[in-house]
Amino acid sequence: MIYLGIDTSNSPLAIALIEDGTVLIEETSNLKINHSLTAMPAIEEMMKKAKVLPADLTHIAVAEGPGSYTGVRIGLTIAKTLAWSLKIPLLTVSSLKVLAANGLGFDGLVCPIMDARRGTAFIGLYEGVGLEQVLADQHSDVKEFLAKVKELGRPVLFTGVDVVLHKAVISEMLGETAQFSSVQNRLPRASNLIMLAQESVEIDVHHAVPEYRRITEAEANYNKAQEGQAL
Amino acid sequence: MNKDIYILGIETSCDETAASVVKNGTEIISNVVASQIESHKRFGGVVPEIASRHHVEQITLVIEEALQLANMEPHRLDAVAVTEGPGLVGALLIGVNAAKAFAFAHQLPLVGVHHIAGHIYANRLEQEMEFPLLALVISGGHTELIYMKEHGDFTVIGETRDDAAGEAYDKVARTLNLPYPGGPHIDRLAHAADKAVTFPRIWLEEGSYDFSFSGLKSSVLNYMHNAAQRGEEVAPAHVAAGFQNSVVEVVTGKTMRAAEEYEVRQVIAAGGVAANKGLRHSLEAAFKAKGIPFYIPSLPLCTDNAAMIAAAGTIMYEKGLYGTMAMNGRPGMPLMSWI
Repeated sequence: MIYLGIDTSNSPLAIALIEDGTVLIEETSNLKINHSLTAMPAIEEMMKKAKVLPADLTHIAVAEGPGSYTGVRIGLTIAKTLAWSLKIPLLTVSSLKVLAANGLGFDGLVCPIMDARRGTAFIGLYEGVGLEQVLADQHSDVKEFLAKVKELGRPVLFTGVDVVLHKAVISEMLGETAQFSSVQNRLPRASNLIMLAQESVEIDVHHAVPEYRRITEAEANYNKAQEGQAL
Repeated sequence: MNKDIYILGIETSCDETAASVVKNGTEIISNVVASQIESHKRFGGVVPEIASRHHVEQITLVIEEALQLANMEPHRLDAVAVTEGPGLVGALLIGVNAAKAFAFAHQLPLVGVHHIAGHIYANRLEQEMEFPLLALVISGGHTELIYMKEHGDFTVIGETRDDAAGEAYDKVARTLNLPYPGGPHIDRLAHAADKAVTFPRIWLEEGSYDFSFSGLKSSVLNYMHNAAQRGEEVAPAHVAAGFQNSVVEVVTGKTMRAAEEYEVRQVIAAGGVAANKGLRHSLEAAFKAKGIPFYIPSLPLCTDNAAMIAAAGTIMYEKGLYGTMAMNGRPGMPLMSWI
């Protein structure tokens, strides 16, 4: 059994191959280069190094979002097309859960965070031990979300490359209970993604779509206009 | 005898998710198009983010259907051709990344096709091309006159300096309160009109093959505005007919002049606006009178489709012009000759 894992849901690119529970190769970069340009060459190169042919793959695991709309779509499009072409199962995992796995084993809560501009983020809350979901993955105003986290009164480990953007607000609101994962533990790791994917249910390739956790601006404006008319 | 060439084409540059299998660049084996038009109607135009979301939903379904209808096993394909640009970047990325993943999975060559080259080669699916050739590409995103000495040799001799013709159609349709997309509605109204308002013909400087439609569009808007201020009723059909007459006369005139100056053996039209009845009839009549062979592909091949991408991709494949896994969607991709 050989799993290929792909996470392009935020600025980092993370890919890995795991064969029968052994990590063959894992690559993570955070060069802010367009995933459309780099993801497939990186996968091709990694598989060549590992001497794994496309036909050798038995499963594809992909981070389904939330995150950068375009980033998530690139990873998901590659993953679903590979899985469908090779007639092998596709497994999806929340991109935030993949980040949360950086804090696996932490005695407290883990809060993965991806910046979504204007003081908002894609954010969720997980138990450090076992990664059970505590607060759902969502697009939220960061301060509003932190207020809910604060009520729980437990130590929280914040992780993700965008932690730096929100560190001041987090420290201000949560004080001592907030901890931050070290710089080397902020990037998503595709080996984590694959291990988590093994617990998820195979989904119909054709119906695999990103979990955006946010409607488009055009739809939001349209809905607002419709409500206005109804009043 | 040479072996037959089978190419899978994929197109996602705007609001159609399309896949097709084409044999030898001339014969459609299957041609599947999933249109998103209904989804964008409520917004009065294509919303890029929504287009990208729909492409992800449809892409593998559409490719699978194209292969099934063609009864084609992937290993029998010779290559995968995909629209590399121009178009909406987020939309292009879905087709490009699906094409790369498919090509990688089946270890097939990958060919990146220019969308306009695709529109031109749509003709080859119905009528063999004869060179030198003049192509009028006219759609919601493009208005161009392209001279071709031979396969894959493109010289743009004229293009729009502002709006594409189809864009002007949509904007005028909006001021006439016609539903999106407005082109076919204007065409229909113009066809049934008993009178036409006179709007200017924008020829630009003498000898130019370029187009401009924003001035014409402004004239229409001014006309509507002035009529409203005077409290006059405007007959939408008369405005539609006047606008269309102006577009048709200029496009026909410039295309004809270019065909004569460049002494081409064939003139072809392509793109969504080439499906416009008024323009079609005018071009057909004008070229018939001059005895210059003129062709327009049938309606499903005028609008965006993947068969045209496979048709153009076939020539590129034959020339060995392969892309790599680093292919990206190129929203502003220029039309370059294949040499």
